[in-house]
Amino acid sequence: MVAVTEHERAATGESLRLVLTLVKREVRDTLRDWRIVVPIIILTLFFPALMSFVANMALGWVARYGGPIIGEQMLSFLLMVVGFFPISVSLAIALETFVGEKERSSLEPLLATPLTDTQLYLGKTLAAMLPPLSAAYLGIIVYLVGLYFVKGWTPPPALLLLVVLLTTVEGLVMISSAVVVSSQTTSVRAANLLASFIIIPAALLIQGEAVIMFWADYSVLWWIVLFLAVVDIILVRMGIRIFNREELLGREIDRLDAASLWRKFCGYLRWERWFFGLDLQGESGERMPAWLRWLGTIGGLYGRDVPAILRRSWLALAVVVIGLLYSVCIGYALAARYQLPPEMLQLEHISAEAFTEFPAVDWLPAFTVWGVLANNVRSLLLAALLAVFSFGTLAVALLMVPLAIVFFFVTQAAYVGYSPALFFAAFVLPHGLLELPAATIATALAVRLGAAFTSPPRGMTVSDGWLWALADFVKVFVALVVPLLALAAAVEVHVTPYVVVWAFGG
Amino acid sequence: MKDKESVVVLQSVVLVAMIKLVGLTKQFDGFTAVDRVTLSVAPGEVLALLGPNGAGKTTTVRMLAAILRPTAGRVFVAGYSVTEHPREVRRRIGLLTERPGLYLRMRGEEYLDFFGCLMGLDADQCERRAKELLARFGIAKAWDQRMGTYSKGMRQKMALVRAMLHDPSVLLLDEPTSAMDPHSAKLVRDIVCSLRHHLRAIIICTHNLAEAEALADRIAIIRRGRIIALGTPAELKARLLGPPLIELRLSHSTDGVVKLVSDLVKVEAQGEDWLRYSTANPRETNPLLLQTLAAHGVGVVTLSEVPRSLEDVYLRVVEE
Repeated sequence: MVAVTEHERAATGESLRLVLTLVKREVRDTLRDWRIVVPIIILTLFFPALMSFVANMALGWVARYGGPIIGEQMLSFLLMVVGFFPISVSLAIALETFVGEKERSSLEPLLATPLTDTQLYLGKTLAAMLPPLSAAYLGIIVYLVGLYFVKGWTPPPALLLLVVLLTTVEGLVMISSAVVVSSQTTSVRAANLLASFIIIPAALLIQGEAVIMFWADYSVLWWIVLFLAVVDIILVRMGIRIFNREELLGREIDRLDAASLWRKFCGYLRWERWFFGLDLQGESGERMPAWLRWLGTIGGLYGRDVPAILRRSWLALAVVVIGLLYSVCIGYALAARYQLPPEMLQLEHISAEAFTEFPAVDWLPAFTVWGVLANNVRSLLLAALLAVFSFGTLAVALLMVPLAIVFFFVTQAAYVGYSPALFFAAFVLPHGLLELPAATIATALAVRLGAAFTSPPRGMTVSDGWLWALADFVKVFVALVVPLLALAAAVEVHVTPYVVVWAFGG
Repeated sequence: MKDKESVVVLQSVVLVAMIKLVGLTKQFDGFTAVDRVTLSVAPGEVLALLGPNGAGKTTTVRMLAAILRPTAGRVFVAGYSVTEHPREVRRRIGLLTERPGLYLRMRGEEYLDFFGCLMGLDADQCERRAKELLARFGIAKAWDQRMGTYSKGMRQKMALVRAMLHDPSVLLLDEPTSAMDPHSAKLVRDIVCSLRHHLRAIIICTHNLAEAEALADRIAIIRRGRIIALGTPAELKARLLGPPLIELRLSHSTDGVVKLVSDLVKVEAQGEDWLRYSTANPRETNPLLLQTLAAHGVGVVTLSEVPRSLEDVYLRVVEE
């Protein structure tokens, strides 16, 4: 165990002092703005009191029609709503955090203080979180006190804890997102426009939670709490990582410069020619024969560039491999839980023709080389697209699903009495040897596409980091993944069925 | 040009410089805002950074304040590299930004306490220093007033107090007297001058050329990111406007006098009872000229140097 030195302790204390100084100032400033304070007061005092009155009325009304359970659930639902409303209104505080200061020219003096980027970001984020969360808790208290007096209702402690935690993590996610928006835009107007990307998903989430609450399956809500807590950690980490005081001060206008982005992307797509030590760069390279330059281009791509991309994608590759190992466990666990009747898995009479019968299921591709290849390419591209909007997580999840299914059947085969190793070796391994690495690599690069938003490489802006990741994805997808998938598709169609028949068929 | 730059680099290495810039460059998306700027500022020296809008003054100052990171080159402030020790640099600088940038809902006391705390001052120290500075700037009453109620000049002074609160070794002042009445502007200039005696290194960015001339020991004119002229006001005038111009006023007509003095000096202009000449060495030429005139019985009313403003220098340099 490493001992914490006196110096480190002092540094941490100093750091905390600076963050708290900033928080204190920001909160004090916020509470002096009547445009923020008045709506918060209305939403924390008047609105929850009104809600408790309305809830009491609604309870009496539904009881008349024999639906007291709905009334009970409505009390819980409104408990959640009174906490949510002050947070959504207080989003303005978080949206102003950086860009508001920039517009008022008070940011530069702050940036010239010894505050580090992390201290500045954390201080601002904490300050943006405190008033809305306090307002939300106060709203919940007012609502509960009101209900206690008019109805004598108190929520079960577990429900109260759930709603408080749900309100907290939702608030944190919304505010953290708003602070990220504020640190990346150039005007309060732009930040407010982008706020709809926070408010709409949050409102949809609340609606989903409301349905779950009426359904009274609180275990799902606990999972949502966990999910939102993870999202919040990602958002805060992302905010700190992409916070750039230079960008914040230097950017004057939000402009989408497609030509410049395209140039950058093309720049990242390029690679150096290489062919076993021959000097193929610059003027000397241009003097070489065309066929040698062409070999150099291919050699550079496969000998240098693709390996370099794979090396710098090691973390994403590790994440995907861990996900795949986990999917194996999921497949095994599901098979143990839902065992198929043995007659469903009779392989003695399987024939090569059985494989071509799958297209009878509409959504499966035709069992041809082209059909399988097109399906795999489409799936991996869709995964990459989803990765962009989900910090890479959905890409991994999409790859985990088929592997979990495969291992579900491998385990089922074992239950029926077949060798699971033989089952796997016959059904998956022939084409899987090519398809699995291809899909793993493509997914890892898709993960990088999503992760580029949360942690762009050092010295790069978010857009630069993302374009770099996209160029890497395109190069590896075209140069490595598609050829591997094509070979895998050919093996899957022309070899795998015969291996299966040879191993199991009659 | 390269030789000159090398000389300046050498000087900055040899001299004890509070601020040292060597080949400082800043690019934004392919646009070069600051281009290989090399200069130094010694303790107790005031350097005025002049230049048209968009010349690169603010970018330079932001790099000195460790807010922007240089693309190339090295910058040392109070002995610390802005890229390697940005926090140490920020502890030692006082930055007055182009706009005061105050928190208008705060009172002066709260505002200065906030910045004092960030700069590492304890509460007592901060209060003492803040009150002392407010009094020096003549805005002691600002202490417990909301900053939203301040006049423009008061806001500017409050921003100056903020910049000087922690007694920094280096002051970076962007338009320090803008929005101030003449009396306040003089007060600020006097305070800046007094800091020179406390060995503070000061860089002033300004468009007020008279102020620059009054305050600065040296002037750097920057255009399109490059330093195009650097030196004391007198050096710049001599270098860019040529030798000093002297005006001679006589007790009678100049008839015949031009011929008398033309061997000694170059007459540039003449009138009924006056003439103007330029000389590269007035210390030797002027006494000689007076002796000649006296020997020929020509009565001299006044002999004085024609004032040449920094504005002339600036316009000459920038237009070139």
